[in-house]
Amino acid sequence: MDNLLLLYQAPTILLQLVVDGLLVGAVFALAAYGMALVWGVMNIINVSQGEYVILGGYISYFLFRQFGLHPLLGLPIAGLALFLLGLLLYRVVIHRIVGRDMFISLLATFGISILLQQLMNELFGPDVVSVDAGMPTWYFLGNAVTVPTAKLLAFGVVLAIAALLVAGLRYSRLGQAIRATAQNARAARVLGVDTDRVYAATYALNAALCGMAGSLVVMIWVIHPFIGLTYTVRSFMIVIVAGLGNLPGVFATGLGLGALEQIAGFVLGAEFQSAFVFSLLVVILIVRNAWLRRRREYLS
Amino acid sequence: MSARLQRLSAPAWTGLIVAGLVVPWLFPHHLTVFAFAWCMVVLALSWDICGGQMGYNSFGNIFFFGIGMYACAVVQRDLWHGVASGQAQLVLTAPQYLIGLGLGLVAGVVAAVALAFLLGSQILGMRGHYFAICTLGLGIAAGEIATGVDFIGAGSGMVTPLMPAGLPGKEIFYYAFFMLLALFALWLLSRLYAGRFGLALNAIRDNEDKAEAMGLPTVAYKTTAWAVSAALLALAGGGVGNLVGFIDPIDVAFAGASFGVWMILMAILGGKGTLWGPLIGAFLFYAAKEVTWTYFLGWQRVMLGALIVIIVVFFPEGIMGWLRERFPARFGGAPASETQEDRS
Repeated sequence: MDNLLLLYQAPTILLQLVVDGLLVGAVFALAAYGMALVWGVMNIINVSQGEYVILGGYISYFLFRQFGLHPLLGLPIAGLALFLLGLLLYRVVIHRIVGRDMFISLLATFGISILLQQLMNELFGPDVVSVDAGMPTWYFLGNAVTVPTAKLLAFGVVLAIAALLVAGLRYSRLGQAIRATAQNARAARVLGVDTDRVYAATYALNAALCGMAGSLVVMIWVIHPFIGLTYTVRSFMIVIVAGLGNLPGVFATGLGLGALEQIAGFVLGAEFQSAFVFSLLVVILIVRNAWLRRRREYLS
Repeated sequence: MSARLQRLSAPAWTGLIVAGLVVPWLFPHHLTVFAFAWCMVVLALSWDICGGQMGYNSFGNIFFFGIGMYACAVVQRDLWHGVASGQAQLVLTAPQYLIGLGLGLVAGVVAAVALAFLLGSQILGMRGHYFAICTLGLGIAAGEIATGVDFIGAGSGMVTPLMPAGLPGKEIFYYAFFMLLALFALWLLSRLYAGRFGLALNAIRDNEDKAEAMGLPTVAYKTTAWAVSAALLALAGGGVGNLVGFIDPIDVAFAGASFGVWMILMAILGGKGTLWGPLIGAFLFYAAKEVTWTYFLGWQRVMLGALIVIIVVFFPEGIMGWLRERFPARFGGAPASETQEDRS
């Protein structure tokens, strides 16, 4: 708890943590929006979300190591690769669980998550990896607050992707079909929407979003094969706090979570950062449930 | 349980007990493997109380397993040699060991049941996937927190006392422990499911709102069911801690990626929501795992992931469900748990 006092005495540290957190939180929001999309359209909670993020990160890392490709150029490739993986997984597994008991989809995607986790462990090794983007760092307030350009750039990329996504969902034919299916799959089917194709596209799009988020994570942070579940949990927390289909809310919550995590990591010690994420999930769910109970409702 | 199924249960019990008694004679050198087989039965049965019978699919029941393991180990460590006497291997006399183990198991059960009531009153208010994900977070958070707590050895783990001379060997001792525990769990659950308690759980699974409207105290039943599950898991955890001899916070105690997933998988494989299904699933899965695991060195968890997907997607009703569908005259009666309606 000494660090808490330190935060009070040196507010620039707090500012630094918040800035760091906000910049990282944008990436959380991207993965969370993908989860909200799949949840809203297909009524599936994709537990393998985090593994897609990490896999995207590893693809960027691999391209950087092998061909010296900058992670920002690796980003579209990772997105495309994950899009194809999402399509494949939809065709093999996911299309069989759409519309079934939610527990089945939870467990099946959990199985995919374990599978991918171990596959990455075998392919890339269990070490913590990162890509040095080789970009300058900006200093503020007499060098007390540093802002790496890489993080700033990642933030901008997230904004660009989010803008593209919103425009795509609003104006493109497929986006309209996705929204129609989310509202009422049966009615959409009656009106000639091929919902199976919509589901496949939604799932693959989500995987691509995660893959792109992963490319950013490897550039501004670190990845290793077993960290995926924290991203799933973060996405889930952001979605339940912000609500489904609320992009500004998802974005704001993602930023808030990022800042909160940085501060908690500093106060409690870095070894408790994962513990904090998972405990926060339990606390948020309990608080939300208690809040609903006052209106004699429950989380479902 | 239908009358016909009832008639099958006496031979099943006899076969189980005979097999359990014969195994030490046939395979005296592999008793640890068989002790774990009985342990799997306990895990699968305890998961099925909430997951199968009550329709509350917990992903984090391993939480109670780890709590029981740590509570038991801490009592065993600190009872005779003062508090937190370091990491050195403890040497105890036979009576000290037995008393320590007994009190440790009691402490584990008390801790787990208390936590089940405390957390259950909040967490069991959630439905469906919120409950599943909340318990998932609970199990992992506990492991992550245990990695940072020095009192229980933090990330470097904890050592349980050595088996003292004068007692039967560790393997046969814990084989007997887990066999008795598994049989006790099976007997306890067969009694509980046969009565009002089982009916209440099934009513909650089938339609909780209607059950509540009929005047059923659902919260009390739900927390009690979770507490029973927690007590069995704490006993199993205390035993496993001593059998393995070393408690790692994430790989042994809060082992969500192995025991935690296996218990769900075993219950589903055998047929969730039935008494004998989890037992069948546990033996089958554990046998398959023991035979094949060594051939997939490093790839076991890839296999595990694939296995989860295959079983869950193609075989969600499990063996008992399949038997019911195939031989309704013999195994029929109550419909399988698939009557559970989609609560989304």
